[in-house]
Amino acid sequence: MNITLSITTTIYKFLSEYMSEGAANIGAMVTIALIYLAIFAVAGLYLVLLERKVAAWFQLRIGPNRVGPWGLLQTMADALKLVSKELTGTVKADKFLYNLAPYFVIISSLMALAVFPFTQEFQAFDINIGIFFLIAISSIGVIGILLGGWASNNKFALIGAMRSGVQTISYELSVGLSLVTMVLLTGTLQLSEIIEVQKNGWLIIQGHFPAIIAFMIYMIAGTAETNRAPFDMVEAESELGAGFHTEYSGMKFAYFFLAEFINMFIIAAIAATIFFGGWLSPFGITESIPWLGIFWFLGKTFVLVFLMMWFRWTFPRLRVDQLLTLEWKYLLPLNLLNIVLMALIVWLGLTIQL
Amino acid sequence: MDTNIANSNLKSEDYFINMGPQHPATHGVLRLLLTIDGEIIKKVEPDLGYIHRSIEKMCERDSYQQIVHLTDRMDYLSSHINNEAVCLTVENALQLEVPERVKFVRTIIGELTRIASHCLWWGVMGMDIGALTTYFYGFRDREMINDIFEETCGARLTMNYNIPGGLMFDIHPNFVKRTKDFVAHFKTKIPEYDKLLTGNVIFQKRMKGVGILSKEDAISFGASGPVARGSGYSCDVRKYHSYSALDKVTFNEALKTEGDSLARYEIRIQEMWESLSIIEQLIDNIPEGEHKVATNAVIKLPKGEFYQKVETARGELGVFINSTGTKNPYRLKFRSPGFSNLSLLNHIAVGGKIGDLVASMATLDLVIPDIDR
Repeated sequence: MNITLSITTTIYKFLSEYMSEGAANIGAMVTIALIYLAIFAVAGLYLVLLERKVAAWFQLRIGPNRVGPWGLLQTMADALKLVSKELTGTVKADKFLYNLAPYFVIISSLMALAVFPFTQEFQAFDINIGIFFLIAISSIGVIGILLGGWASNNKFALIGAMRSGVQTISYELSVGLSLVTMVLLTGTLQLSEIIEVQKNGWLIIQGHFPAIIAFMIYMIAGTAETNRAPFDMVEAESELGAGFHTEYSGMKFAYFFLAEFINMFIIAAIAATIFFGGWLSPFGITESIPWLGIFWFLGKTFVLVFLMMWFRWTFPRLRVDQLLTLEWKYLLPLNLLNIVLMALIVWLGLTIQL
Repeated sequence: MDTNIANSNLKSEDYFINMGPQHPATHGVLRLLLTIDGEIIKKVEPDLGYIHRSIEKMCERDSYQQIVHLTDRMDYLSSHINNEAVCLTVENALQLEVPERVKFVRTIIGELTRIASHCLWWGVMGMDIGALTTYFYGFRDREMINDIFEETCGARLTMNYNIPGGLMFDIHPNFVKRTKDFVAHFKTKIPEYDKLLTGNVIFQKRMKGVGILSKEDAISFGASGPVARGSGYSCDVRKYHSYSALDKVTFNEALKTEGDSLARYEIRIQEMWESLSIIEQLIDNIPEGEHKVATNAVIKLPKGEFYQKVETARGELGVFINSTGTKNPYRLKFRSPGFSNLSLLNHIAVGGKIGDLVASMATLDLVIPDIDR
């Protein structure tokens, strides 16, 4: 069943009028990849700017306001600087792995973006295992961090990488299980269909009590998975200097940095799609104008992104053993109970349908 | 095959890392040689000497007026109190009675310095345990104190306001009003500090039961100031060896018996309240009069040994002068609070995690130039 008309199909149909089927297929994919790459490289830069502005508001400061109007070109200038910087490295580093690591991180972030429905039309790949794909792809990033820390031949980087491995592997369980809880409600893994289900009310309303618990667990675990404060053990600057990316400079560092912000966007976007109806407008107020969906989708995402920034600029950092205690002793058991609760609610038909 | 690693011939080495001298948590140029086992600290060895300026040796060369200016550069966060310590020693040796006005102003500025130092410590401590926002709140309030200082003495950090025999010049006409404004302002801000950090669950978990120092250990390591008082050792120099105008005020010595990082944190917060109360008691009663007494242009101390201690924001600062009757001291020794407080770092950090080391180090409130003179 194909509910949405994805943009890949649109481009493919356009191209197939001029070339063979195979060439059109590859052409469509490359076009889409380039569009996404361009959009999200810029979007990532503006997320960095947003974070700096939000931090400034929290900290009685003004924030960047010198380059361009309201500092809008500040991160562009920073990116230009990073591109032009020399790539340094340690002498005894494992060169191959050291150079490979940033690509693992950035590619896993960008690939995850492919399955998001931004509007009904604007979705690159509408695969029927959407959520499974997201969870699988997002765990590739940690390999990059582990490799980077190991190959740098730096003791602080190694500690950072080990912490990252421990942390990401633990919190992936919670991310996965809280999404599985919601899948019980939808009965499908396909993101476009999940949104279709939510036309009867956003899942956080349909699933009421267990859905709210799942949302809270998801936001905590999601923040931990992006390695952001209060879970920034990986780069804990007062403990490890810069953590796993200590020895990276220039563009390679920029990949790690950009990936962190795109990951934050992804975590928020998943939450917006699964819990808050994605591009659906509240009470269907703009249902007649489909392209407004992108406004709703980004609006919901940015509220959640702001929530994560709020965490970062208010909370102190957890200690590494407290971090693991929180996951294995509290979140995981709660999550398993929550799945049972959700199953009962679905089985007894106690969901709220608007 | 023997699978028991302990009995096999496998060799294991300690994982050894170098924290500092350029490291964000060591606030300056302290180098810590850490031996760790995974995340757990096995040994901490502080290595000093990166900012040694031979201040004590330079003192033997300088006149007593000049020595005062060197002490700014030790514990730069309580520069006024350091100046006061040297001035008091010289005045005691000369048996010079300074005017009441001088005593009052010295005490008020000393307490303002203590608040400013604790503000900075609070901000930086938050940063050490990952709450970056506290830094800016601490600095906002410290800035007001610095403005008051700037108006009166022309300097914001290294004040040089004390001279043997009094103060360099009289207080600015705005001083009293601005100090009162600050006291009123700061009374609304300490609860804000508590709201932002003290009550936070993560903060409590990070600090409670971490870096425990018993009262016996505090005494035998020579700890002083908030560090010793957090372990229940009552040692406030202002109470036991009162100096300047401190005998005219009533205040409580902040005391806690837990001995952990949280106790040391709460002691400092409480000290800010006490300092505010001392300032309030004195600010309206500054007596009229001279701001200094005349001394000889070249001060010669009588032959003998002289010692004076004061309470800086970090603890007990002692100044020992051995004079042979000339215009320079034969030997001048500072007993700095930070040095003995640093010496117990290994004792409280071993067995904890790397995060605990950073948290306990933050609550020791180390200022490296004070340790490494």
